[in-house]
Amino acid sequence: MLATNPTQVVFKRPKTLAQVPTHYCPGCTHGVAHRLIAEVLDEMGLREKAIGVAPVGCSVFAYNYFDCDFVEAAHGRAPAMATGIKRVLPDRTVFTYQGDGDLASIGMAEILHAAARGENFTVVFINNAIYGMTGGQMAPTTLPGQKTTSSPSGRDVEQMGFPIRMAEILSTLDGAGYIVRRSLHDPKNIRLAKKALRLAFEAQQRGLGFSMVEMLSTCPTNWGIPPIESLRWVEEHMVPVYPLEDFKVSPSLAGLRL
Amino acid sequence: MPRELLKGNEAIAEAGVRAGVQAYFGYPITPQTELLEYMSWRMPQLGRTFLQAESEVAAINMVYGAACTGARVMSSSSSPGVSLMMEGISYIAGTEVPVVLIDVMRGGPGLGNIAPSQGDYNQIVHGGGHGDYHPIVLAPASVQEAIDLTVLAFDLADKYRTVVVVLADGNIGQMMEPAELPPMQDIRTEYPDWAVRGAQGRERRLLSSIYIDPNVEEVLNYRIMQRWNEIQKNEIRYKEYYLEDAEYAVIGFGTAGRVALSAVRAARAEGIRVGLFRPISLSPYPYARIEALANQVKVMLVTEMNAGQMLEDVQKATNGRIPIEFYGRMGGVMPFPDEILAEIQRIAHSLVPFDENPRQSWMKRHAELLGTLQGKQ
Repeated sequence: MLATNPTQVVFKRPKTLAQVPTHYCPGCTHGVAHRLIAEVLDEMGLREKAIGVAPVGCSVFAYNYFDCDFVEAAHGRAPAMATGIKRVLPDRTVFTYQGDGDLASIGMAEILHAAARGENFTVVFINNAIYGMTGGQMAPTTLPGQKTTSSPSGRDVEQMGFPIRMAEILSTLDGAGYIVRRSLHDPKNIRLAKKALRLAFEAQQRGLGFSMVEMLSTCPTNWGIPPIESLRWVEEHMVPVYPLEDFKVSPSLAGLRL
Repeated sequence: MPRELLKGNEAIAEAGVRAGVQAYFGYPITPQTELLEYMSWRMPQLGRTFLQAESEVAAINMVYGAACTGARVMSSSSSPGVSLMMEGISYIAGTEVPVVLIDVMRGGPGLGNIAPSQGDYNQIVHGGGHGDYHPIVLAPASVQEAIDLTVLAFDLADKYRTVVVVLADGNIGQMMEPAELPPMQDIRTEYPDWAVRGAQGRERRLLSSIYIDPNVEEVLNYRIMQRWNEIQKNEIRYKEYYLEDAEYAVIGFGTAGRVALSAVRAARAEGIRVGLFRPISLSPYPYARIEALANQVKVMLVTEMNAGQMLEDVQKATNGRIPIEFYGRMGGVMPFPDEILAEIQRIAHSLVPFDENPRQSWMKRHAELLGTLQGKQ
């Protein structure tokens, strides 16, 4: 049946998403990830309870784009900062937003131990297989053979090692309540990513411990690939290395119908 | 409160508890570990936060996060651990949130050893993290003073929205002596207007040390320096002993100052008119008072448990007007009172000519001492 009221609002800006333009490049999926977080916080009525922790990397200015309280961490230390906040304010909704260099390289110790301790906050992990802010250097998640400004002949795994699968690693830790990987390369996967974010925040609300949604993302500028082709590149090259799976779902979330 | 026999590290911990600390984050490192161990049972007993972090890097960043909520927070460590914390200390300074840090210094550089040292003077007073900032640094010479300065540290941190370091050494942390604990303060229930606690019924708040526009960063730098000017005006602390009629002044902080006091008393008994100046606030440093003392005494002897890190501040204060001599023990070695007494006697009886470079002349004398010590081994 068609809508009877032609002025009915069916799509609007989430209240938690600040009314400002972002600095992100055209075709970058950070904006999508931001919007999904804002939508979920709106839907769960958590905006006034939310405290975000911004990383160092391309999303260093994430705090400008959310209409909720925020702090800005040192590179890789967002999980430590979030731990400090959540331990003092256990009834607030605390989340970090981190890229692959921040989370999987310099912040490896902080993320692992936050998960192991079962810190009850939510991590949004943006994996685009490259350092964006500094101009396209190799990340711990850079694919074998992928060319970056610091692996100009392609990532040689004999010299530079192999990609790190963070969701898989963290899911082995007993403190983790919800660990999944999703992708932002098409509308269907974006919807799935949003549902996963909702479950991650539900896990936090229910005190189920550490929750993380890894999101495969694009970096058209530093990949040197146009935006639409970048989305295809995620599907064709990243998904085979980083499977889109539920790695750990606390049993009390499994039956949740949203 | 009655006087009790207290171990330094535990007394500092309990002083923090009584000052209303809501969260403690730390990592085990000798000679400060008892502080962390004490907090591990004491904080949960009171329903407060204790967490053993995965590293000092994580601990200081947990402190940073917790400080952003407006709560009273602290951490403690020892020299190599404090080196690791420098990143976080700079961020905390740049974000202008109050934090109390206890540094129970040990021998270095590198892994060094676990014996008492004052080798962190430069790291804490003059440096450490990147950028323009000055922490307030307080140096206790007894367990009682460690207690009192820890409580003061929280008040100063709140007042100036700054990092305050209680710079003790392994000796202060490890020794037991009678001391009186302060009364228990209530945990705060009202929070400052910058605290990030969720934007309930108000505009959102951001706490950050990023100022991407250099012109705006410069405004922050200026604000921090204005606050530092206030601190320099208001927060100079020191203690003087037998200086009223003194011809010679010994200058030493913390344990070195306390050992020097025994030497000063012994020298007084011999009729040498010598006194002790013991800086308590190492940052801000009591330059003006030392400058004034240079008008009174003939010679100053700086004594430290390092290679003369504070010596340079004394030289800056006196500006070459009187001879300065130096006596230091390094690497975790404590000076004995008779070593400092011998220095006082040497100066008072002018047994050696004064060198323009006190560190050089001390090193020459020290080579002989080290040679003698090696010969004994």
